[in-house]
Amino acid sequence: MGSLIDLVNISKGFDGTMVLDDLNLSVKENTFVTLLGPSGCGKTTTLRIIGGFEHADTGKVIFDGQDISGLPPNKRQLNTVFQKYALFTHMNIAENIAFGLKIKNKPKAYIQDKIKYALKLVNLDGYENRSVDSLSGGQQQRIAIARAIVNEPRVLLLDEPLGALDLKLRQDMQYELIRLKNELGITFIYVTHDQEEALTMSDTIVVMNQGYIQQMGSPEQIYNEPENAFVADFIGESNIVHGTMIRDELVEIFGARFACVDKGFGTNTPVDVVIRPEDIDLVSPEEGILTGVCTHLIFKGVHYEMEVTTPDGFEWLVHSTDMCPVGKEVGIHVDPFDIQIMNKPASEDEEAVGVNE
Amino acid sequence: MSKKLLSGPYLVWMAGFIVIPLILILYYGLTDKTGAFTLANIVSIATAEHSKALWLSLGLSFVSTVICLALAYPLAMILRRRNVGKGSFVVFIFILPMWMNFLLRTLAWQTLLERNGVINGILTALRLPPQSLINTPGAIILGMVYNFLPFMVLPIYNVLCKIDDNTINAAQDLGANFWQTLTRIWFPLSVPGVISGITMVFVPALTTFVISNLLGGSKILLIGNVIEQEFTRGSNWHLGSGLSLVLMIFILASMALIAKYDKNGEGTAF
Amino acid sequence: MKKTKATIRQAVENFYLVFIMIFLYAPIATLMVLSFSNSKSRTQWGGFTLRWYGEMFQSATIINALENTLVIAFASAAIATVIGTAAAIAISSMKPVPRTIIMGITNIPMLNADIVTGISLMLAFIAFGISLGFNTILISHITFNIPYVILSVMPKLKQTNKSVYEAAMDLGAPPVYAFFRVVFPDILPGVLSGFLLAFTMSLDDFIITHFTKGAGINTLSTLIYSEVRRGIKPSMYALSTVIFVAVLALLVIINFAPRKKGEK
Repeated sequence: MGSLIDLVNISKGFDGTMVLDDLNLSVKENTFVTLLGPSGCGKTTTLRIIGGFEHADTGKVIFDGQDISGLPPNKRQLNTVFQKYALFTHMNIAENIAFGLKIKNKPKAYIQDKIKYALKLVNLDGYENRSVDSLSGGQQQRIAIARAIVNEPRVLLLDEPLGALDLKLRQDMQYELIRLKNELGITFIYVTHDQEEALTMSDTIVVMNQGYIQQMGSPEQIYNEPENAFVADFIGESNIVHGTMIRDELVEIFGARFACVDKGFGTNTPVDVVIRPEDIDLVSPEEGILTGVCTHLIFKGVHYEMEVTTPDGFEWLVHSTDMCPVGKEVGIHVDPFDIQIMNKPASEDEEAVGVNE
Repeated sequence: MSKKLLSGPYLVWMAGFIVIPLILILYYGLTDKTGAFTLANIVSIATAEHSKALWLSLGLSFVSTVICLALAYPLAMILRRRNVGKGSFVVFIFILPMWMNFLLRTLAWQTLLERNGVINGILTALRLPPQSLINTPGAIILGMVYNFLPFMVLPIYNVLCKIDDNTINAAQDLGANFWQTLTRIWFPLSVPGVISGITMVFVPALTTFVISNLLGGSKILLIGNVIEQEFTRGSNWHLGSGLSLVLMIFILASMALIAKYDKNGEGTAF
Repeated sequence: MKKTKATIRQAVENFYLVFIMIFLYAPIATLMVLSFSNSKSRTQWGGFTLRWYGEMFQSATIINALENTLVIAFASAAIATVIGTAAAIAISSMKPVPRTIIMGITNIPMLNADIVTGISLMLAFIAFGISLGFNTILISHITFNIPYVILSVMPKLKQTNKSVYEAAMDLGAPPVYAFFRVVFPDILPGVLSGFLLAFTMSLDDFIITHFTKGAGINTLSTLIYSEVRRGIKPSMYALSTVIFVAVLALLVIINFAPRKKGEK
């Protein structure tokens, strides 16, 4: 299966600040791709370049094999759902949805059918004559989606569409979006800074920071095998520690040696080691590879959150359904396949970027 | 409770210097010199001299308003897109001329338009025939457009600035080209500003007596000149008030329009 | 190709902006040029002179009119700012119906024709038995200035976060203190622009002053109007030029001087 959209060597700066630096990205047909990153990472700019609202300084946007870099937004076969919905407040709901179709001079009956169909799809049948102001945020968001999809775009661009909604509504809308994507069978490109949203909905996640793609992969890959400290830190909670790769499948952390499954880092190489809090097993001090004292305990509902301080002063974040009282000495054990080894960042710069975010 | 008291001075002021004066005009307009009720002052608008002045005023102010709108709308669009630094800069360049006295600014147009004036000087230098520009209805329209253009630009600019960029992006995203975006999104959303601008140009243009005096010569009489003469040349205040009432009917009509479109009950001018 | 289209549009836009600027400022430039012309004719250049700038200070009528204009503009703007700001605060806490009525009446002097406002005020002063003069001009200017202040302050009040005021009181501040410490700073820009607008409107007014001034007193506007038939003294151009340049300099300093406090 070929790709539907290709971004080739895209660079973009604003007032001398590089926002995107030589970005390459291809998106396959009928996938849910999420651009994930902190604010200012370039994800929205990337989306706006695809939508045609910004023009890249250099590089090309290829859509279905054709270069569309020079086309204005109204000539592109894709539609956008904007962050704050951007509904037309001087029109009612039906007129909002009909807007794109009227521009294309579709017959009246066709437009009426489409409005009905779209409202049904977003669970708002019968809202044709309501005014925009009378709808809640969640409803406005659904209308914004309906307004975009009646045009049968091949790609739907969504710019933090759930950002303004409250938690419960946001979770409901996540399921709705997955359902919509499956029913419509089109490509979604979704921008968010919320890692949970990204993990829940996406087929592919593109983690971005400072105008660069940090990692691209399935949610499982991104979560379980982060390629660098930034990704590990940004996606979920994690313990990131300095270690030394003694040899293949053996890493030393704070003087203790842990068996792992990673190979090919050479011998005695400094590396970053990522261990997820839920992958740490607390055992009796004798059984542990490292020992420490529990210094913090919070009940979180589904699990306990604990901090275990080892003699070197590092505070390990641990999630477990078993409780360890504060002050008790415990052993830390990690299974080999739960240890993720990453190369140290190439430069100090890159490291600062990753850790500060 | 104590907050309401703060409006006390204003309410008294409003009653004394806005409401009572208007009632007095109504009283004068509907009575004759003996104080008896009459409609004669109002009906006198139908006399040949007065109705000619009124029609001329309506015509010139209508044309000026249309020209102002035609000049101001693209200007406001450009200014919005340029987003000239801070918003105050735009207000600044349009308010600034007001610090040169209004009468002098208008008189300066005399200098520019006169038989031997600057514009004819330029025409002569270009070997074009000189035009008679001063003391024509055209000169009055120019004076009106010149004086009242800022009152059209500012409300439209303000309302355009309130339109979210993404609303425009959304329209383009849905396939609308420049004209479609202009007629279906920009214009409908800017109606309150346009209406407010039209009123703020049309009313002073309709009622001016200064511009016609300075640029129209003594032969062209507008309804404002007629009313002004009734008061300052001391002839008939009752007649002047009656004609003012007629003017106010037109003004009330435009205020009703504003009330209909500007739902917040606040002008968008400044 | 894309690039050239954008450049052409840019050029057309620039041309249009320049055209409008010339239209707005040509008369002003004309007056400035005339103020340096050694000839009383408004159409002939009589050589460069600074004579009118010297004469303007010697003409008692001009200085007198200038004084009246400035005093009235400042006093009316200041009084209107106090009354208008207080009224705006009160109006914003009113129920919709009285608020709509009061705002409707407030709009009258702004939307009504100046000539009608002027005449109605004149009739009122005569009915109240107030003799026309300095006081009646001042009252009239305050009357048409208050709406500008109210309309400048209202939007700022709307933006103010109510809980800030409540938080101040919650922390023990008495209402008046809470208002001046936390609400007033928020609406201050609106109050200032209201004052400035009122001052400008007062300075530029002719029509209302014309009807309410009575004999024996002149502002610059009415003085100029009375001189139109006889011919304007070029020292008037000189004075206007001085005022304009002074205001321009002041506004440039206010608008473009680096701000001391960090902008929010």
